[in-house]
Amino acid sequence: MRNTLMPALLGVAVAFAAGTAAAATLDEVKSKGFLTCGSNTGLAGFGYPDDQGNWKGIDVDLCRAIAAAIFNDPEKVKFVPLSAKDRFTALQSGEVDVLVRNTTWTMSRDTALGLNFAGVNYYDGQGFMVRKDLGVTSAKELSGASVCVQQGTTTELNLADFFRANGMDYEVVAFASSDETVKAYDSGRCDAFTTDASGLYAERLKLTNPDEHIVLPEIISKEPLGPVVRQGDDQWFSLVKWVHNAMINAEELGVTQANVDEMRNSSNPEIKRLLGIEGEFGTAIGLTNDWAYNIIKHVGNYGETFDRNVGPDTELGIARGLNALWTKGGLMYAPPIR
Amino acid sequence: MATIDIEHGAASRVAWYNDPRIRGLIYQALLVAVVAFLLYEAISNAAENLRRANIASGFGFLNATAGFSINQKLIEYSETSTYGRAFLVGLLNTLIVAAIGILLATILGFIIGIARLSRNFIINRMAYVYVEVVRNLPLLLQLLFWYNAVLTPLPAPRNSIELPGGIFLNNRGIVMPTPVLESAMAIVAAVILAGVVAAFAYRSWARRRQLETGMQYPVFRVALLLVIGLPALALVLTGFPISFEVPELRGFNFAGGTPIYPEFFALLIGLVTYTAAFIAEIVRAGILAVSHGQTEAGAALGFRQGKILRLIVIPQAMRVIIPPLTSQYLNLTKNSSLAVAIGYPDLVQVFAGTVLNQTGQAVEVILITMGVYLTISLVTSAFMNWYNRRVALTER
Repeated sequence: MRNTLMPALLGVAVAFAAGTAAAATLDEVKSKGFLTCGSNTGLAGFGYPDDQGNWKGIDVDLCRAIAAAIFNDPEKVKFVPLSAKDRFTALQSGEVDVLVRNTTWTMSRDTALGLNFAGVNYYDGQGFMVRKDLGVTSAKELSGASVCVQQGTTTELNLADFFRANGMDYEVVAFASSDETVKAYDSGRCDAFTTDASGLYAERLKLTNPDEHIVLPEIISKEPLGPVVRQGDDQWFSLVKWVHNAMINAEELGVTQANVDEMRNSSNPEIKRLLGIEGEFGTAIGLTNDWAYNIIKHVGNYGETFDRNVGPDTELGIARGLNALWTKGGLMYAPPIR
Repeated sequence: MATIDIEHGAASRVAWYNDPRIRGLIYQALLVAVVAFLLYEAISNAAENLRRANIASGFGFLNATAGFSINQKLIEYSETSTYGRAFLVGLLNTLIVAAIGILLATILGFIIGIARLSRNFIINRMAYVYVEVVRNLPLLLQLLFWYNAVLTPLPAPRNSIELPGGIFLNNRGIVMPTPVLESAMAIVAAVILAGVVAAFAYRSWARRRQLETGMQYPVFRVALLLVIGLPALALVLTGFPISFEVPELRGFNFAGGTPIYPEFFALLIGLVTYTAAFIAEIVRAGILAVSHGQTEAGAALGFRQGKILRLIVIPQAMRVIIPPLTSQYLNLTKNSSLAVAIGYPDLVQVFAGTVLNQTGQAVEVILITMGVYLTISLVTSAFMNWYNRRVALTER
């Protein structure tokens, strides 16, 4: 019932909200004393509450970094778990200040939905998972298959495009939540399960026998995932964008959680500007000049959050790949702070 | 004379603002104005907020290409169809599950309601346990139970259970042979129609004869012969102008044939068993509301148990049964929106789910969805009110 009611209630909220939600998000966040961050309902490595109820993940870390930049305290975040279906309405209606929930940046979302994407914190692509005993080795062999998918995602559209482009038949079975989708696949309702490749690795951990399933090699789409804010509040948009950029720049400059204090004495002008020793970059986005220092001190740089949550040493074991820095053959490239 | 004077005087002496009739009008006008103002505020506020948030609005999106697929559809639909078409697919899926659900829940509910009053201890207790268990568990839980209970024990398509008549059962549902009709089928169809008409004609003739002469005719048996026997004869005479496209295993699943999906089954079973428990209680209450004297009077006339129930008790009980029954029908229709939890593409799942999300037009989509449920409810209730008036006791 919750799923059914949410959009309705939020729709009503959009209709009656006093209209102040769009402007001055930063002032509002400061006055209520915490950030509300739209999060996944539970996707290992990206956004999930652990067994003690602490939110973990690469998306969660970005939320904590924003809180650290504003409050010098990464704990001042309230996580609002949202299904794929409810997330945009929640952001539009002001229920959350920022949405960091493995959300794909697309043109229609960036324009007609009244949203702004503040960067890409994970370059992903859509893939398929199947049972090994099916004997399928390529997504091109999936003609006639039934595919489980979570509704209200770009995944659902890419799936249709892929099968149509390759002239293959398929049967789609769509569910409102990712848990239901995975469960239906696990019980044999579908031959294949599709979502972003990162999600496939994360969801595979939830299956009864993870070893009996393989991820097919094809990546059928571009899925740049990133933080989203409402249109119409440029200050807040810049803030979220630059928190993300600061974390990438910090990795590039070799500033880590461990060495950030000694880096304050660095003679490198780029590091000096990043850590607020030189320039007034923090005040330009409504924060103090040590904003980036606080992010790195409390949360770490981009590479650190990647390694901690999804990297090769974690359960997910994802290689940096496209998400490596541009200097190391990847796509992570942040504009300079100057 | 005196009395008239007093009345006259009273009417003219009261000031207009103390006249209850005029006062009533003023209050009504005020209320209408307040409601109109609130509506205007809500609409203009929503429009302003949407504009400010740069969210596109209007109903133009219904003509845009949907781009997603739906597995269960009663009308043609593909990824290239429009959002408006997707809306129709969802609407029809809701209507069919509601219509079949209402029919089956009514039958099951009446059986259990009557069983609940049975003098046989075991039947009586079983009905009691059924009602108490089913009525007190949340429907969502039951749907998930049915979905997983229907789905998990079934084998994968390659190891399908083969039922007689080319029907296959697996965890993708039931695949049945599709009947392919030949041209001579038109004759059979005409015969079926003629049989039904003849059965109705015979029934009214038999009624009239009974009123005139008191003779009873075997209406049921004759009707059965007309409706089933006659078409069967026609089928034989025309040489069975019907063939079946038998499903066969090809690749991942069966190709050909008509599939019925487990999501539909689970939703239907869940809705029917749940609503039937409530209908059973309504039927029981209705029957108990009929005075026992009526049963005794029937028995005194020499009617047997079944006839007393059918001709005397139930018609009187219907008066009590129909109003709450209507609300159960409405509940069933509205509850079908829980389909979203088990992946059945009903109106809420397709339209208020996927379409809303792909277009972001929350206000429009929710308005349309609410309008649809309101319309379905009003139509159902209008029909039941009409039926209620028809079966109401006519006092002569």
